[in-house]
Amino acid sequence: MSTTLLLIQLLNGLQLGVLLFLIAAGLTLVFGVMGFINLAHGVQYMVGAYLAVAFYGVTEHFLAAMVLALLAALAIGLALEFLVFRRLYHRDHLDQVLATFGVILFLNQAAKTIFGPTPLILPTPEWLDGSFLLVEGLLYPWYRIAVIVAGLAVAALLYVLVRHTKVGMLVRAGAANPQMVSALGVDIERLFMIVFGFGAMLAGFAGVLAAPIFSVEPGMGDDLLIVAFVVIIIGGIGSIKGAFIAALLVGLVDTLGRTLATDAMKLFFDVSSANQIGPALASMLIYILMAAVLFFRPTGLFPAKGMA
Amino acid sequence: MKDALEQATSGGGKVSRDWGAIAPAVLVFALLALGPLAAEAYGGAYLTSLLMRMMLLAIAAISLDLLIGQGGMVSFGHAAFIGLGAYVAGIMITEGAADLAMILPMAIVASTVFAVVTGAISLRTSGVYFIMITLAFGQMLFFTASSLSAYGGDDGLTLWERSTVFGFDLLSSNVTLYYLILVTLIGAYALVGALVGSRFGRVLRAAKENPTRVEALGFSVFSYRLTAYVIAGVMAGVAGVLMANQAEFVSPSTLAWQRSGELIIMVVLGGMGLRNGALLGAVALVALEETLSSITHDWRLIFGPLLVLTVLYAKTGLAGVADAWVARLWRRA
Amino acid sequence: MTTSFSYGAAFKTLTIAGAALGLALGTVAAHAESIKVGMLVTLSGPPGALGGQSRDGFQLALEELGGKMGGQDVEFIVEDDELKPEVALSKANSLIERDSVDFVVGTIFSNMLAAVFKPVTQSETFLISPNAGPSTFAGKNCNPYFFVTSYQNNQNFETLGKYAEAAGIKKAFFLAPNYQAGRDQAEGFRKHFTGEVVEELYTPLGHKDFSAEIAQMAASDAEALFTFMPGGMGVRLVKQFRAAGLADRMKFYSAFTVDETTLPAQQDDAVGFFGATNWAPNLDTPQNKAFVAAFEAKYGYVPGGYAMQGYDTAMLINAAVEAVGGDLSDKDAVRAALKAADFTSLRGDFSFNNNHYPVQDFYLLQVAKRDDGKYQTEIVEKVFDDYADGFAESCPM
Repeated sequence: MSTTLLLIQLLNGLQLGVLLFLIAAGLTLVFGVMGFINLAHGVQYMVGAYLAVAFYGVTEHFLAAMVLALLAALAIGLALEFLVFRRLYHRDHLDQVLATFGVILFLNQAAKTIFGPTPLILPTPEWLDGSFLLVEGLLYPWYRIAVIVAGLAVAALLYVLVRHTKVGMLVRAGAANPQMVSALGVDIERLFMIVFGFGAMLAGFAGVLAAPIFSVEPGMGDDLLIVAFVVIIIGGIGSIKGAFIAALLVGLVDTLGRTLATDAMKLFFDVSSANQIGPALASMLIYILMAAVLFFRPTGLFPAKGMA
Repeated sequence: MKDALEQATSGGGKVSRDWGAIAPAVLVFALLALGPLAAEAYGGAYLTSLLMRMMLLAIAAISLDLLIGQGGMVSFGHAAFIGLGAYVAGIMITEGAADLAMILPMAIVASTVFAVVTGAISLRTSGVYFIMITLAFGQMLFFTASSLSAYGGDDGLTLWERSTVFGFDLLSSNVTLYYLILVTLIGAYALVGALVGSRFGRVLRAAKENPTRVEALGFSVFSYRLTAYVIAGVMAGVAGVLMANQAEFVSPSTLAWQRSGELIIMVVLGGMGLRNGALLGAVALVALEETLSSITHDWRLIFGPLLVLTVLYAKTGLAGVADAWVARLWRRA
Repeated sequence: MTTSFSYGAAFKTLTIAGAALGLALGTVAAHAESIKVGMLVTLSGPPGALGGQSRDGFQLALEELGGKMGGQDVEFIVEDDELKPEVALSKANSLIERDSVDFVVGTIFSNMLAAVFKPVTQSETFLISPNAGPSTFAGKNCNPYFFVTSYQNNQNFETLGKYAEAAGIKKAFFLAPNYQAGRDQAEGFRKHFTGEVVEELYTPLGHKDFSAEIAQMAASDAEALFTFMPGGMGVRLVKQFRAAGLADRMKFYSAFTVDETTLPAQQDDAVGFFGATNWAPNLDTPQNKAFVAAFEAKYGYVPGGYAMQGYDTAMLINAAVEAVGGDLSDKDAVRAALKAADFTSLRGDFSFNNNHYPVQDFYLLQVAKRDDGKYQTEIVEKVFDDYADGFAESCPM
């Protein structure tokens, strides 16, 4: 593999990593702080993307559409929390799985019924629509660099929020020892709502960012949800730091694996077998990574204390 | 020792042996036994094949509930065992070794080996980590099946004949296959029921509540859990062999994570750890999907909220509701 | 509390109940003389657009026929296979057994066809595929009850290979998803192409980010990309290929990647890219012009090949029903009538081979923006005339 390819793959891995982080951050907090398994988190990603497309149709302005989409994603997240999820916090994890699965089915179908089954697109904003010459003969879009920068900026912001604000302290305390926090007389319901709404908005943000690169279609969040779960498990549930490192790790392993696996197989097998085994192996890599991490560290890389 | 065990279990897992406890299941089995007759009058092969699929999923769900309801091990890769059994059957039939007398032992061996290897690694973890590691192994098997291009790859494998039974071509008739599946289902239900009532089941339940204490009593929690994992895996593998014969088709989608998720949903919907939970959950889910999707293409708009409402308002699952009804009838009688 | 009773409302309810009863009885009574066609296509999820086109095309034909085939009323039942084999199987069984349809029209995807093929053909119901045409059922497993109105799957890529060979392309870059159909395309491409395939890449199904593959294209010395990326994958590939600036250096040739189901999302990014298949909306025949105009007027979008094949399938069945005078009990007669394909296909020349797959023309297409701002594929040149697939020889029929 040439250095060029390696460079591009690193950028791509980073980009997938930050998108995964935006989804995983909300997931790991909701899970860590509230002990709530929210399968419908991936749908929030789809909702963000669809909202951006819808608002873009009205405003014809990318940033305006993004802001409106984030507010609407927040509102939808809070509405779901109010209508359904808050009744489930004290229930068995599997009850949560069943109910949030119902929410996935509903919202995926609703997206299809409202927007139709064909993939939609969100145009790249004009001021980011250019590309730069990465190497001779290959342009790399500015927008993708912007996605990486935006993702890293949000990660930094989250770090500050969690480390240096009162809500952040409560969130950390909540992830480590939920009983303690409620015993301290904190309004745990409000804390949950804030965490939940914020997580939904982050996933929506990932959806908005991804919309101009990927196509917007019903069910687009389902596969990413599973990968986001892989991320928070590798990182350790409830840990923002763990989610960040694991997201980048998974992003890089997945992206680099795609190109390397087939080439590596070509060393051992003939070309046509390598073309069959390579991609299958590449798809398995992140799962092999997770199984390996859990084998050596059964609670992930950076477990928040107090979590089983 | 036994008393200590009972204490550790701290109630909740007591198995009632009276008829009331199994009445809902007996009713379901009786209705299922009439299936082919009903099919004569209405629906034909459509109804029988629907009911067969329902029963096969019920077998898998019942085996999964042994893990979830009794052992607290939420496997998110259980469909891998169905797929394993189905692929063993599919490949052997394609290669000309179509007799059940060869296929079944092979499927059992394959499921056992896969369960021992993945179970031994997975059981190092617990809780949600266990969920995800079993998912990982399921996915690995899924991608392996997808790359088997000699056996159809992603497109799947059409079986041009069904298995023979000791050389006799019994299963080409849907009715024979139907009753074979029904008998297997009743067997699975009875087996799990017996396991739950046995000392094995008590240890498993006790370990779910308080593993340290069970270890202190001298039981190896790991070996009990691994044994349960193997038993459940083999049951699902057998269901897979029958499923390949029923559908005359095997494809990687049999072992996709969505299928494993569906099995969990059946167990939860029916009521975890309840005698009739997995059975009723599987029956209800398949029936509901079929009915709703025949009404409208947008059936998920109804189905999704129904699942949410079930969780919110039928907290004990369908089997819990059924048990309450039975109890009320019992009192009246 | 006051109770009120409205006679009007009660009467209305009764009338509705009566009407419903009448309708139910009517269906029973009409059963003997009506033709039942069951359609089993994918309507859920992102690929649902393909099945939707098939259904709309069929429905339009049915409307033009006045809801009748061979003078008999037609009952048209549409089922969604959800792109799940077990659902496809169950729906197929329901069409055959519960609805006792005379024809099953399906499926869109080859893996769904594999799931339903055996039960449908075994029940001696005619199975007519409006899109999926896998090699599996074209050769030694061809079946007297199975017809295909689209193409054998490999043929579109055989067309591209033939064209590339004729155009003097020496170095090609091949990209497809990692599944059976993807690998079949590579085989199809190589059938007539003798140049070098410098790289043969496979991505997972549903692949999102093509920039790695695009980097490999840029690094290679290939003159042209040959790709098969159906649905959302095609949308993403086209956008990313364009954004990377490769469109200026490499030609973009494809099958099932830039078509009327994906163009509404690809838009300007796809203009000038090439495709290959058996038809395009601008094919210049009077029937086709009328079809495209009527279709757009009714459904508001540009029909693709899926819609055309849906329409042709309806016309094929109609022709067969007419030929046997509405008597569908003699299966051999119906088969002969279907095989005769005595209808005017929207694509002009059309006949069935011994394996019941079509013999037809194939074209190189190019994406263009129309004056009304919509996008469509347009014919560049005819590559094959009356082209048959290579599997027919091994079909014993």
